[in-house]
Amino acid sequence: MEKRIGIEASIAIAEAVGLCDADVVAAYPITPQTHIVEHLSEMVADGHLDAAFVPVESEHSAMSVCCGTSAAGARTFTATSSQGLALMHEILYIASALRLPIVMSVANRAISGPINIWNDHSDVMVERDVGWVQIFCENGQEAVDLTIWAFRLAEDPRVSLPIMVNFDGFIVSHMVEPLFMPDREMVKAFLPPFKPLQRLDIDNPISMGPVGIPDIFTEAKQVQQHLLTQAYQPIVETLGEFAKVFKRQYKPVETYRGDDADVLLLTMGAIGETAMTAVDQRRAKGDKVGLVRLRLWRPFPFEDLFRALGRIPVLGVIDRCISFGGPVGPVACEVKGALYGRKDHPLVVEFVAGLGGRDVTVTDFDKMFDALFEAKRSGKVPAPVLVGLRE
Amino acid sequence: MSQHVNPVEPFLRMERMPHIWCPGCGIGTVVNCFVRALLKTQVDIDKVSVVSGIGCTGRIAGYFRADSFHTTHGRSIPFATGLKMANPELSVWNFSGDGDLIAIGGNHFIHAARRNADLKVVCVNNFTYGMTGGQVAPTAPLHSLATTAPYGAFERPFNLPFLADSSGAVYVARWTTFHVRQLVKSMEEIMHKPGFCFIEVIAPCPTAYLRRNRLGDGLEAMRHYKQSSKVVHGADTRSVDIELGGPIVVGKFVDRDRPTTLEAMRDELHKSLGDKYVPYPTGVQR
Ligand SMILES: Cc1ncc(C[n+]2csc(CCOP(=O)(O)OP(=O)(O)O)c2C)c(N)n1
Ligand code: SF4
Repeated sequence: MEKRIGIEASIAIAEAVGLCDADVVAAYPITPQTHIVEHLSEMVADGHLDAAFVPVESEHSAMSVCCGTSAAGARTFTATSSQGLALMHEILYIASALRLPIVMSVANRAISGPINIWNDHSDVMVERDVGWVQIFCENGQEAVDLTIWAFRLAEDPRVSLPIMVNFDGFIVSHMVEPLFMPDREMVKAFLPPFKPLQRLDIDNPISMGPVGIPDIFTEAKQVQQHLLTQAYQPIVETLGEFAKVFKRQYKPVETYRGDDADVLLLTMGAIGETAMTAVDQRRAKGDKVGLVRLRLWRPFPFEDLFRALGRIPVLGVIDRCISFGGPVGPVACEVKGALYGRKDHPLVVEFVAGLGGRDVTVTDFDKMFDALFEAKRSGKVPAPVLVGLRE
Repeated sequence: MSQHVNPVEPFLRMERMPHIWCPGCGIGTVVNCFVRALLKTQVDIDKVSVVSGIGCTGRIAGYFRADSFHTTHGRSIPFATGLKMANPELSVWNFSGDGDLIAIGGNHFIHAARRNADLKVVCVNNFTYGMTGGQVAPTAPLHSLATTAPYGAFERPFNLPFLADSSGAVYVARWTTFHVRQLVKSMEEIMHKPGFCFIEVIAPCPTAYLRRNRLGDGLEAMRHYKQSSKVVHGADTRSVDIELGGPIVVGKFVDRDRPTTLEAMRDELHKSLGDKYVPYPTGVQR
């Protein structure tokens, strides 16, 4: 039986990793991820989790240790944020290319400079192409649930890929929330023991990570592309199985009051919750607004997105990051790319909001909806908007 | 307005006060000593540059009224190396926490010492990662408590003077924040000494280290430093390990001369190229 308790999301995530019986946790502290690994180190020290905790000297080492332990066949977890994720960058590619099913929490935080410890998505957006499954959570419950699910998905032999579970630093990570804490029996029913697809084993020697000469490199990349794209089906299936056991259903793309909407706004992560409040308020005034909440980022859920958009004439996309000198918002760029060539595609209005911890308020959403209605009326797309920018 | 200005004030960005450091923290003492050393040696502040990484100690670069750079976590030494190579006239001072300098930046530390980069490196060793809340660091004494070592650290810590010495530093000293005069004197000594000079300053972190280890507050730490420190100039750096609550050997351990990176590079190129070699940057000797 699940119990509903008030708990800080970071602690709950650590408990969830404990329920999944991770064998190894290797991490370096960085705000706002730190509480997760601190709690895990306590669980290990207290004997609540039979695992090795490796307090490495940097994130580069953390991800390298994770590759080693995962290659040896151990269920492996780590967590990081911001500069730490950036420092892991090189090894992230190795983990996916070697098909090591590492699970990593990323408490999203801005990248320097200037130095900023608060939340946005600039840390994870640059890691788009590292070949990991990437998913976003809106609150602590989702972060707990999707962490448990992440082990199942990553270790699915059809997938065998690493996965990042993203949630907003502080806004989610440090929030004390009433949430349903899964119990061990349920997790056991959902998550089978880890049977690595391949591992380093003295009796059956294999070699991991050899040189890929030009004759083979393209094919190796094609395999990665194929695997990550094909991971979509197992993702949907395992989310379905998660729902059977835990009675909470997650979808690659979620919507909110979108069915009869005149304009839609697309969000990722925790701001989706404030946006729902804003939608309710506008609806109460008779404005037909709705939301699309993009949960799965890699593999990109093209069909789910198209279904969620239907024939909407105007779509706003909120980015929590800027692609400097480029098309401004990485998510908007991706969405526009997905829509290219489709009949009756919507006008796409780009917003960048909540950089480096700036709050995105209901009033901000209101203004965004106003801009969407204006675009609908005029048929013109305004230049990308930096929400709340002080002149 | 008071006519009496604290002599330290002109060296600080007062508009950034109050600072973030906790009551009883040792970092402020290190800043204070550095200012005294600057005043005593009368160096031109325009020729002094302060570099630090990320951490509570890293904040020094933000508060110090000199050309300063707050780099990323662990990278203050490579940044400082570049600064010094491109502008050898500068006296480049690096202030870092033990985590910044020895954990994530450890590789840079040993290589800068090996190549004798002309840097003045001050490590505020509080035995933990202060800024992130007290996780176990590679300087944590055996059996000391940390948030990620709730029942005690079990990995052998670095002995920093020995690490610096064996990597090739030309000056190695250790003081505590109790030894302010000696610390000022060490800083004065290295102000004009070429090469990789290293001072370890044992400092209290009441918030993330002392409290967790039931070692009292900042004042209690001072008492401990006073009672348990032993000055042994020229001590064999292999013998200066620190144990939890145990004696602390302080003093100047190493003071020797060896060509700096820049000098070695110039000599070597001069040998190969003869008069064709024009040292960069032109006109600057050291
Ligand atoms: C790449 C990277 N990883 C982790 C961090 C988080 N972080 C900031 S300061 C710090 C450690 C601080 O400890 P120390 O260097 O000993 O300095 P102190 O705060 O004790 O003065 C860490 C881990 C970071 N900023 N960047
Ligand atoms: S946490 Fe520790 S190191 Fe940081 S300011 Fe406070 S006492 Fe100093």
